[in-house]
Amino acid sequence: MINLQLPIDAADIRKLKVGDEVLITGTMITARDAAHKYMIEEKPDFIRPYLENSLIYHCGPVVRKQDGEWQFVAAGPTTSIREEPYEGTVIQNYKVRGIIGKGGMGPKTLDALHEHGAVYLHAIGGMASYLAQTVKKVKEVFMLEEFGVPEAMWVIEVKEFPAVVTMDAHNHSLHTKIKSDSYAQARKLIHPVR
Amino acid sequence: MTTQVNEQTLEDQIYELIVRASTDLPDDVVRALKAARRTEPEGTPAKNVFGMLLQNIDLAKKNMTPICQDTGTNLYYVHYPTGMSTRQLQQVIERATVRATENSILRPNAVDPVSGKNSGNNIGIQHPNIHFEEWKNDHLEFRLLLKGGGCENVSAQYKLPDSELDAGRDLNGVYKTVIDAVEKAQGLGCAPGIIGIGIGGDRATSHLTAKVQLFKKIEDENPDEELASMEKRLYRDLNSLGIGPMGFGGKTTVLGVKIGSAHRVPASYFVSIAYMCWADRRHTLTVKNGEVIYD
Repeated sequence: MINLQLPIDAADIRKLKVGDEVLITGTMITARDAAHKYMIEEKPDFIRPYLENSLIYHCGPVVRKQDGEWQFVAAGPTTSIREEPYEGTVIQNYKVRGIIGKGGMGPKTLDALHEHGAVYLHAIGGMASYLAQTVKKVKEVFMLEEFGVPEAMWVIEVKEFPAVVTMDAHNHSLHTKIKSDSYAQARKLIHPVR
Repeated sequence: MTTQVNEQTLEDQIYELIVRASTDLPDDVVRALKAARRTEPEGTPAKNVFGMLLQNIDLAKKNMTPICQDTGTNLYYVHYPTGMSTRQLQQVIERATVRATENSILRPNAVDPVSGKNSGNNIGIQHPNIHFEEWKNDHLEFRLLLKGGGCENVSAQYKLPDSELDAGRDLNGVYKTVIDAVEKAQGLGCAPGIIGIGIGGDRATSHLTAKVQLFKKIEDENPDEELASMEKRLYRDLNSLGIGPMGFGGKTTVLGVKIGSAHRVPASYFVSIAYMCWADRRHTLTVKNGEVIYD
């Protein structure tokens, strides 16, 4: 198990490889569909400090407000591939060092990871109660009114958030391998040799 | 016979149903996950995934917090006795839904596709999604499934014959579409999935037939012998794909396969595949002579 402390620079991120299991500690920000569209179309500058040398978490949490403070109640990853058209550009523009999500991403993102020094970290889908407990503090929230709770950009401080590197900065993707093996097996089942 | 409903009592009971669905995974699903963990070799990511999922299930139940933050489309299937008002039942379900959202048991999940606005309380057009069916019994039954967007996005519908799959209008053709759909889904539907299959119908009933299969318990045997044998064949072969939990690779790609059918018109032959994530959040509430049973 590798401890990953945020912020992190490109040189350290390039040391990670596919299959590494990590525990993430530090400050990161959630962003999903509406936020990615916003980062590409409006290019907001105020979020730069939260993204530079940090991670984007693809997550739309369940939250509650207690004594005036936001808390994460359930916060597992959402499917990342929806951000494929945007993510490479976001990584480049905002100097993001990694993406946490589920399901993996495509060739455009893999290229960006390689070129700019970043990784894709796979969290476990449906592990929402557990992962919410690793969120020690909600520091800020942006675009809550405009996007609603799941789509807002939540700045969170996490401690020992578990994930697996499934795409690294060296053009390796676990998802590509699983896809090609399972595709071959499926073709055998669908078109048996008579 | 007219059945009177005490609205406040029923609202509390449905609220409890929602809490159970969101925070307490059914026993048969937990058993299937535990059995799957035993089949994966020590030290593999697949084995670790199952270990963490089971920890999360315990934690969610203990703390009464959602198993998954995507509390999904809330699909209700309600059986009611003659003489009851479905409009009234819908209002009660909506009130329980609003309360569950306020208490962070459900995520505000109803987004207007035209304006892009989230209604904030889970009430919207066809949201929650409720199906009513009158039956001859004199008691009420509410079945509830919380189905997240990730697995809904990888659900699929095929039209047979399909020349690319070399799939004809028979069960062997159905088999090929399911192999294709689950392979295409990879880990994106939060594998290992439970696969509901609807054969026949028109497009809408085909999808619904597939979806209601997900209310069945994993261990249930299909009463139709041919379908039962197809379920077993698909279960074995889908698990040979090697996709594994979360798509990390492994022996368990699906936890169960359930098939139902609906009559079709001669010109159409649809196959629908409803992919349910491992967090198969479903429970049933039965209200019978003042007695309340949750399953």
